[in-house]
Amino acid sequence: MAQKITIEPVTRVEGHGKVTIHLDEEGNVVRSRLHIVEFRGFERFIQGRPYWEAPVLVQRLCGICPVSHHLAAAKALDVVVGAGTGHGLSHTAEKVRRLMHYAQIFQSHALHFFHLASPDLLFGVDADPKIRNIIGVARVNKGLAVQGVMMRKFGQELIQATAGKKIHGTGAIPGGVNKNLTEEERDAFTKGAAPMNPGAMVVWAEEAIDFFKQYYKKNREFIDTFSVFPSNHLSLVRKDGALDLYHGNIRAIDSEGKVILHDVDYQEYFNYIHEEVRSWSYMKFPYIAELGEADGWYRVGPLARLNTCTFIPTPLAQKEFEQYKANTIGKPNNMCMHTHYARLIELLHAAEVIRDLLNDPDLQGNELVRRGEKKHEGVGVIEAPRGTLFHHYRINDNDQIEMANLIVSTTNNNEPMNRAVNHVAKTMMTGKKEITEPMMNAVEVAIRAYDPCLSCATHALGQMPLEVSLFDADDQMIDRKKKG
Amino acid sequence: MERKKTIVATASLAGCFGCHMSLLDIDERILSLIDLVDFNKSPINDIKNFTEYCDIGIIEGSCCNSENVHALKEFRKNCRILISLGECAIMGGVPAMRNGIPIRECIEEAYMNSPSVKGHNPEMILPNDPELPMLLDRVYPCHEIVKIDYFLPGCPPRADLIYSALEALITGNEMKLPYEIVKYD
Repeated sequence: MAQKITIEPVTRVEGHGKVTIHLDEEGNVVRSRLHIVEFRGFERFIQGRPYWEAPVLVQRLCGICPVSHHLAAAKALDVVVGAGTGHGLSHTAEKVRRLMHYAQIFQSHALHFFHLASPDLLFGVDADPKIRNIIGVARVNKGLAVQGVMMRKFGQELIQATAGKKIHGTGAIPGGVNKNLTEEERDAFTKGAAPMNPGAMVVWAEEAIDFFKQYYKKNREFIDTFSVFPSNHLSLVRKDGALDLYHGNIRAIDSEGKVILHDVDYQEYFNYIHEEVRSWSYMKFPYIAELGEADGWYRVGPLARLNTCTFIPTPLAQKEFEQYKANTIGKPNNMCMHTHYARLIELLHAAEVIRDLLNDPDLQGNELVRRGEKKHEGVGVIEAPRGTLFHHYRINDNDQIEMANLIVSTTNNNEPMNRAVNHVAKTMMTGKKEITEPMMNAVEVAIRAYDPCLSCATHALGQMPLEVSLFDADDQMIDRKKKG
Repeated sequence: MERKKTIVATASLAGCFGCHMSLLDIDERILSLIDLVDFNKSPINDIKNFTEYCDIGIIEGSCCNSENVHALKEFRKNCRILISLGECAIMGGVPAMRNGIPIRECIEEAYMNSPSVKGHNPEMILPNDPELPMLLDRVYPCHEIVKIDYFLPGCPPRADLIYSALEALITGNEMKLPYEIVKYD
């Protein structure tokens, strides 16, 4: 009897995504799909708005990493106002933006690790969902929970100091920033009482890596074999190949490390990256144009970034990077669960960048905005916590937005997340008449490794609820299981 | 004897999760909330999971599709107090900017006209699978669908405002609303 299984990893309530698995009469997995059921229509309704609204308006796409959207839009509009890309801004403007961005990376990665990953590591993925959250962590290991909360707070306050608000700030404007960082504002961080200072944050980030490495030592098989599949990897990299989350060129490599996009200028991203539309999801499927839809899909985010970059330009993170690379003998890492490891190395890198940047006197400079010859079109790309984020705007002679195109980080990971779910379904559901508990857990863990905004947010305060429904050939429900 | 905890349920409808993130921005106070509030019941639980009547339901986001409406009605049925948190819940917010535009134009812009799709979607595939919920003709604020008891403004509402409101509702004391914590942006 042919069956259809529906899993709603995040529930009907918020309507962000669900999974369906189709079995044939022998119980083999025919296909599985991760449906993204949310659509808002930003690309159309932004048309006609004045361009300078974009950085504050479009960030309302996502309250989890609004700084990334704020800055990607501002970078696109830097081009429009003639300030050029990347290094065309004043030192003050670029560094204030970098500080804002790395603060965001820091708080987002900390949130993910402490609120989302640490409960799994402490209690195991099979533990009672009631305790598998930050509050559960606080009950058994208050120190760890406090650390997580304070690291997030540090990042959020730094965002407030540079952007004006913790969420949906206004600091970046086309051509620069609207304020610098005053000495008093700086001192509040550099001279902050422990642990609220950059030095303490570096130490805590190192401790988080140690925590993970100890877990890795004990659970090597799970971490190295869960949902492993080859893929291409894509991210921005600095001119010299360094990890740079604010600016760079697009580099993509295949699963063996062969370069397939060789540091190309993102102003022409549309020549290299196309998107496929599939009728069953509102989220499009990007792919590298030259390789086509079947082979051109890629991963983005921490795992991809540590695969594409050559080195990390801060010493402590570089040391960890070398150790991490040794696990795959320098080859690209295609192990899904290593994303957590990579994310923590970036957390440490962000802490180091913040510490160094805060001592830079350019932050107190007074040249905030640069303008040049106006253009009608601009592209802004940034490495958001979850991966590469593209913003593209075209304006008319009245300064109104005429066209907007957005490829967000989680969209870039659409195909990989679908592959991960398919991998789990094939391994664990083949020949099964009933939905099994380990399968439910595995789907949740597989999706969460990519840290799609939905999983991060739902898990922040509680758990990721799952609902699985089993249908027979006539679409009649014959079994149903819930967790969470 | 353990005091009975206040049960809080939350939902994110058509929003950006920023309001939920702002709730997290109460920082270390979240650790002291443990003693007063049971969040386990549902930050973002499935509506059908309501196994007990909740004291407070917090709604972020507006209603842009049929599932949002369904979820909101379930929250009303299962919560004694319902709060519209943030501009989307209160007045539709940024998603409601599509209200003057035919929904077909929004869909075509995203799936046919965008520079990374244009010319690469010859069959003109649009998302239309039965698994996808039906989009509404326009985006509705929550109080146009169900009765809402409290409105907390801001995009997002500041953490202090959310905390102050929760504290007042939990303890039964009057809500303190100093000028500095009520913002509308």
